[in-house]
Amino acid sequence: MIVLGIESTAHTFGVGIVKDEKPYILADARAEYVPREGIHPREAARFFAEHAASVINKALKQANVDFKDIDGIAIALGPGMGPCLRIGATIARFLASYYDKKLIPVNHAVAHVEIGLLVTKATDPVVVYLSGGNTAIVAYVDGRYRVFGETLDIALGNLLDTFAREVGLAPPYIVGSLHVVDKCAEDGKKFINLPYVVKGQDVSFSGLLTAALRAVRKGTKLNDVCLTLREIAYTMVVEVAERALAHTGKNEVMLVGGVAASPILREKFEKMVRYHNAKLYVVPPKFAVDNGVMIAWTGLLGLKHGVSVNIENSIIRQRWRIDEVDITWRA
Amino acid sequence: MESLKYLLELNMVVIENGKIKQEVLRVDKEIARGAEAYIYKGSFLGIPCIIKLRTQKSYRHPVLDSKIIRDRTIREAKIIISARRIGIKAPAVLFVDPDLGVLVLEYIKGRLLKDLLKNLDDEEACKIASTAGSYAALLHTNGIVHGDLTTSNMIYTDHGLFLVDFGLSDYSNDLEDLGVDVHLFLRSLESTLWRRASMLYECFLKGYQEIIGKDQAFKVKEKVREIRLRGRYIAERRMRS
Repeated sequence: MIVLGIESTAHTFGVGIVKDEKPYILADARAEYVPREGIHPREAARFFAEHAASVINKALKQANVDFKDIDGIAIALGPGMGPCLRIGATIARFLASYYDKKLIPVNHAVAHVEIGLLVTKATDPVVVYLSGGNTAIVAYVDGRYRVFGETLDIALGNLLDTFAREVGLAPPYIVGSLHVVDKCAEDGKKFINLPYVVKGQDVSFSGLLTAALRAVRKGTKLNDVCLTLREIAYTMVVEVAERALAHTGKNEVMLVGGVAASPILREKFEKMVRYHNAKLYVVPPKFAVDNGVMIAWTGLLGLKHGVSVNIENSIIRQRWRIDEVDITWRA
Repeated sequence: MESLKYLLELNMVVIENGKIKQEVLRVDKEIARGAEAYIYKGSFLGIPCIIKLRTQKSYRHPVLDSKIIRDRTIREAKIIISARRIGIKAPAVLFVDPDLGVLVLEYIKGRLLKDLLKNLDDEEACKIASTAGSYAALLHTNGIVHGDLTTSNMIYTDHGLFLVDFGLSDYSNDLEDLGVDVHLFLRSLESTLWRRASMLYECFLKGYQEIIGKDQAFKVKEKVREIRLRGRYIAERRMRS
């Protein structure tokens, strides 16, 4: 079975082609929209429309397959930005209808988890999903990926990027595989007073951002603010993950998403899991960020268990929660 | 042996002329270990007690670590005292050491509501569930949420119903937080008393509504419905005590 998957939820238009036997991943083609500041959804959508055809062709060529070899078209219908989602969905509907293939709806967040499991070989982890737009701790319980903690406002990646931009550290946000806030924190010495907000199982970052920016404006040494900000933000996430780990009794933790690449964050997680005799898995950057392969792979898992959708019902869902999806292939 | 070091620090005695004159705090045994704290049973000035020790975390910056342990130990003690002041039966706070992260609470002897409710007839069970509801409403009208309001955290004694483990509690008037409290209670009913869960939930709501008023009770009930539809698992148990 071969599935072609399309990712177009935010800044990456990705096309992946996967097979249900080794080597699994046949093609991984991407075009990334690089914004000057934050993502402008309409601009991203325009970029996607311009690059879609070439990315699809590139993937087909990489995999050395034709549409006649493909069994299904997987599409990330959400969560994400409306204009971006619509481009991918329109293309996927067209391909499914023109070549008479099954159309498979995929939840972008579920896809992040599934590709992580494939490449790290973790079996049943507490998943920590950290990216520019998402901060969530999920774990598989009773047929779904249940949310054991999430952000009540902005995402961790958003916090770091916005802070960096506002104080003039960025763009670029990542220098030599290190986030500029991590870099700036290296010369921090003094731990200052900023709010640490864990409410029950959830985290909140907006108050921390405001307080950090205020501290900088008041003349606190930038390195000290960077140090405190990243210590507090990372610790909040580790704490919520620790609670989920203790509660579920699982013995694996998997980090996924762009922010998961931070070595400082990873070190904190290493310390935490050691305490619980659990094992840490980190999804390598290539598959931790948005890509088409994860959509194709999740689509393939779904298709094998009869998941597909009629074109007229294949609506995009900007706020499609991970815990609304039945994970039929694990039940 | 981090925990052993703590245990030794925890044992407090008054020594006079080289002899133990009085045992202030004695730690007997560990009874639970959660994500955030160790729980021991022991005695304080001869009174049976529960000792809750919040542990240091190596993944936290040392300054942040001390601050979190300190703040939360104080907050938990304060909330328990507030709860007692408004008429809720909760364990007395016997001793607090914010710097060590130690909270010593009166040991409540009785039966967990979780177990007790199974063995009572409908009428008696309903009466207790209704008391639980009125406790929840009392907390909520005073701007406190328990954060882990389950039948495992309610102990029935000869002196009535006690509410324990305020480890996740907080000051809040947010409808979402109130809803989570009620939702957690309902879910704890469903997980152990599935046959009578809906009947006992109604009893709980009756007690809840009597204190908090019809309008607010309705809003909270709607919120609970919404939370359940979301299918989320919130504020699960962290520790058993």
